Amino acid sequence: MDVIVGGGIVGLSIAWRLARSGRPVTVVDPAPASGASYAAAGMLAPVSEVTYTETPLLRLGMASLRRWPSFAAELAEDAGLTGNAGLTRNSGPTGDAEPTGDAGSPHGGLGAIGDGARLGLDLRADGTLDVAFGADDLATLDELATYMEKLGLPVERLTGRECRRLEPMLAPSVRGGLLAPEDAWVDPRRVTAALLAALDRLHVPLVRARAAGLLRDRDGSVAGGSVAGDRVVGGRVVGVRLEPPPGGPEPPSEIRAERVVLAAGAWSGELAEVPVRPIKGQIMRLRSPQPLLSRCVRGTVHGSYVYLVPRGDGELVVGATQEELGFDTRVTAGGLYELLRDARELVPGVTELEVADVVAGLRPGTPDNVPIIGPSGTPGLDLATGHYRGGVLLAPLTAALMVGDLGGEEGELAALCSPGRFQEIS
Amino acid sequence: MDDLIIAGEKFSSRLIMGTGGAPSLEVLDQALAASGTELTTVAMRRLDPGARGSVLDVLRKRDIKVLPNTAGCFTAGEAVLTARLAREALGTNWVKLEVIADERTLLPDPIETFDAAERLVADGFVVLPYIGDDPALARRLEQAGCAAVMPLGAPIGSGLGIRNPHNIELIVEAAAVPVILDAGIGTASDAALAMELGCDAVLLATAVTRAQRPDLMAAAMKSAVVAGRLARQAGRIPRRRYAEASSPMTP
Repeated sequence: MDVIVGGGIVGLSIAWRLARSGRPVTVVDPAPASGASYAAAGMLAPVSEVTYTETPLLRLGMASLRRWPSFAAELAEDAGLTGNAGLTRNSGPTGDAEPTGDAGSPHGGLGAIGDGARLGLDLRADGTLDVAFGADDLATLDELATYMEKLGLPVERLTGRECRRLEPMLAPSVRGGLLAPEDAWVDPRRVTAALLAALDRLHVPLVRARAAGLLRDRDGSVAGGSVAGDRVVGGRVVGVRLEPPPGGPEPPSEIRAERVVLAAGAWSGELAEVPVRPIKGQIMRLRSPQPLLSRCVRGTVHGSYVYLVPRGDGELVVGATQEELGFDTRVTAGGLYELLRDARELVPGVTELEVADVVAGLRPGTPDNVPIIGPSGTPGLDLATGHYRGGVLLAPLTAALMVGDLGGEEGELAALCSPGRFQEIS
Repeated sequence: MDDLIIAGEKFSSRLIMGTGGAPSLEVLDQALAASGTELTTVAMRRLDPGARGSVLDVLRKRDIKVLPNTAGCFTAGEAVLTARLAREALGTNWVKLEVIADERTLLPDPIETFDAAERLVADGFVVLPYIGDDPALARRLEQAGCAAVMPLGAPIGSGLGIRNPHNIELIVEAAAVPVILDAGIGTASDAALAMELGCDAVLLATAVTRAQRPDLMAAAMKSAVVAGRLARQAGRIPRRRYAEASSPMTP
């Protein structure tokens, strides 16, 4: 049996794909789907997120984006979802999707799926519009566009007026923009809810307890590691030791497993020697009766980044701060101020909206921003962590890597996120 | 090249780095290594010094001295508080004092900066204030006991180079403490110019961290600072209106 430590979008996706392939699996998490996956905006935007030094991340993101349509369709089926809040394209809040028939896209965007899957996950593929204020921001965006074109990415440069024709709620001061037409987005809260439902229907046990340590077999004797001083070094991992939540139902104190998959996000470093650190992000959800935007809008306002992600139900997600404050999840005045200040510059109308939710999550960051996926070097322990800002985007690919279900061209992707690239992981 | 000495401490590199704007810790680490820096400034707001695997760990691993800064502060009060928290957390009494006047230009506020500098010096800090290219303010801060002065070449992150070389020369001429050109560097020639003008060191971040190849730009900056320093020491020839034959009068 496999034990998945961590019930965020990554751990749940792995568990679901394993269970689907007939493998016995158990998920351990004191509060599933409540961490970074709960905070995340759910942008599936490998193109508009490109930065100069991160082409490996781009390749992983593009490969995972291609997997999203079938991942979502199969998930919706397994979770028993029906209804019309599924994949839409330029369809507005009512969810009346129109098939667009651009399935032949060379870059494998989500066009291929048409409206064949009405998924209930609010998966949308209407692209990301990256806009600039002022000449400085535009010059930076132009340089980035040149780089993207050199990489062969599908982007279109737009004038300020063209941007506002696409998104009339944008401020008149928008100078220009860059449209990544194949970028998509999804509602991560709906995805994790669907994953939990699918696991339930597949009778996968979900143990609501904290994994306090890894059980290791050294010279034939099994010892339970503690969180503080006993990280994995040597031996073979044979299970996890559990700490029940105070007052909760009593779960077993340990679970034996043939393989433990560590997918504990920002907390992964507490259980094994992996270079993962928490990077705090504050994010807010606004609600409007009428949708203000029809696609994802990102922007640079005098050098400061903000994004707005519209949902089919009128929700508008505004994010996100990036703070290196350890395991701090306080929502702060300054954090919200900066989000609103920049969001209002981009879309002045946001100040009229109801604040539905503010939350701070912890992204699992790695030294090179690329996730750590694969065998840890310690027998019995696999790693699927360190997804930083890309957990939602990379969940399908991560699950495929862990299940060993890769397409021909994807084989080399495993090497990009191999744990072996870090000396710290023994 | 001769050593840089700040408050009695010696540095063989005259390039001081900042960490802001790097896309990842790995890219930052490679850039710092290529720069050869021995002193690097870190913004203390929104940073937990106790967290594992942070930017501070990157510096510790490379044995680079940490210079905490008060970036993001708008008042002397905030800056003094931030400096004290940094001293407690990092065990250093050095601080790069940065009090900005507004978010748009990020220009330093001279009055708040002076106020904070006075209080921090009195509290035993080694104070390195970030200021405009103002010779009078530089002199006053030196008199107030600052360990160095850090005039800007141009606004933070602008990459506009040194907009008023004449004022930088005036500051250098009058100063008995090190003058560190801080902010505005866009490319290697800007850093070389700062050193040719007589600055003792250059502090930069964005020019490297937001370059398409940060490691290459860091190496370029390292060479530029050395080249500029050597040129300053060598003494440049006077500018002439007309040509002067370099041969064959002398062997």
